[in-house]
Amino acid sequence: MAGNVGSDSYESHMGVIRDSYDAPGLRLAGSVRFGGVPLLADVTLDLAPGGWTCLLGPSGSGKSTLLRLIAGLDTGADFDGTIIPSDDKDLSGRVAYMAQDDLLMPWLDLRGNVALGARLRGDPVDWPRLDALVDRLGLSDHAAKRPAKLSGGQRQRVALARTLMENKDFVLLDEPFSALDARTRADMQDLAARHLAGRTVLLVTHDPMEAARLGHKIYLMENNALSEIPPAPGATVPRPGDDAAMLSHGAALLERLRT
Amino acid sequence: MIRTLTPLAIAATVLLAWQALVTLAALPPFILPGPWRVAKALAENADLIAWHAGVTLTEVILGLILGSLLGAGTALQLAISPVARRLLRPVLVLTQALPVFALAPILTLWLGYGLESKILMAVLIIYFPVTSAFFDGLMHTPRGWLDLAQTMQARPRHVLWRIRVPAALPSLASGLRLAAVYAPIGAIIGEWVGASQGLGYLMLLANGRAKIDLMFAALAVLAVMTLLLHKAVGIACDRLVARLN
Repeated sequence: MAGNVGSDSYESHMGVIRDSYDAPGLRLAGSVRFGGVPLLADVTLDLAPGGWTCLLGPSGSGKSTLLRLIAGLDTGADFDGTIIPSDDKDLSGRVAYMAQDDLLMPWLDLRGNVALGARLRGDPVDWPRLDALVDRLGLSDHAAKRPAKLSGGQRQRVALARTLMENKDFVLLDEPFSALDARTRADMQDLAARHLAGRTVLLVTHDPMEAARLGHKIYLMENNALSEIPPAPGATVPRPGDDAAMLSHGAALLERLRT
Repeated sequence: MIRTLTPLAIAATVLLAWQALVTLAALPPFILPGPWRVAKALAENADLIAWHAGVTLTEVILGLILGSLLGAGTALQLAISPVARRLLRPVLVLTQALPVFALAPILTLWLGYGLESKILMAVLIIYFPVTSAFFDGLMHTPRGWLDLAQTMQARPRHVLWRIRVPAALPSLASGLRLAAVYAPIGAIIGEWVGASQGLGYLMLLANGRAKIDLMFAALAVLAVMTLLLHKAVGIACDRLVARLN
């Protein structure tokens, strides 16, 4: 069932979309250099198939660079290596991207923003699917609003809807929740985990608690090296926010970051 | 209230200072007529001035429309084509090194004494500010939007029209505001060099016949016209940008 893009079945009369999704994994292997200065030498980043991989590290450690390499975006770095999905198919066109900045277009209303991908490709927009998605994320009441009329949390939910609308195997999240207040952040983590279930997610974050809560796999990036750390116990994410094992795992991650 | 009163207060102060200067320095009317004399000349020659103002306004508006379209078109071309950037940008800068004023006699020679040479002057004078403002906006689309578009495998054509152009409209608007002030300069210069109608022509005519009060009346009408045009373009631009944001 690898790479079954477009397998969403939805019943629009109920406003429900069910994702049956089982995305492949992905491996980045190689070296990254910035203008001759090595950032990472001979590293391997393995994304958990159909699960959440958290890339944790302090600001400026270059974790976004890895995400941008996978997204096919300009990084200013030289990458010598390979980025290959585990189904050996081409990666291009199979990635959705969400950043810390919601990147909503202020001149488009909520639906226009969610429809952006299709509009930019010149494809017809699947409006029933879009409206079902907007409904599923609890945004129906705001469907005709411009981003300026939405709160920060709502805007990030629209960005999530736009990401889901892309319906891709690989979802790359570059600190999408870090500018939100604690409660909204926890809500967004729940929402993202629920709706991205089955997809291969890479989450770049500097928040150890977030990594503990969401990661099926956790990588720590510091001092020009990448090391894999065992995740918190429990295979279903998001782990409950008051789960003692998860909390102590997050605390341990924090201590590890501080040394 | 204060917003409407402030310009009125400024205008009143200027008129008072003007009258004071004329009275205190005992300036003869053929050097500097007082505001009252100018107002009288304006009233007495209202039809004449209105006719010439209409001509100038036509030149200015046509120049503004043509120059804005041409400038915006050039900016788009420069934005989508690196080749055009390499070839055209030096030429554009070069045209700015050449004083447009100096071209007025040549344009009159080529295009004659009619509206065309004045419209072209106005086009030439606003072309660069419009092009340069819009082009700047098109080249400074926020990086994140372009990244997002790239991950969505967007077509360059759609990125241009659905992201870069709307994002650059505030820049285009500031170029158009400048153009609204510059365009009358072009038209007036054209009229000075050679014309048989228009406010610039009327000013030269009045000057030659020592009707200095009429000259100032024409000047005042020109100033008001430019201010109103600037205001109108400003409001139109604000509406456009507000619709987008």
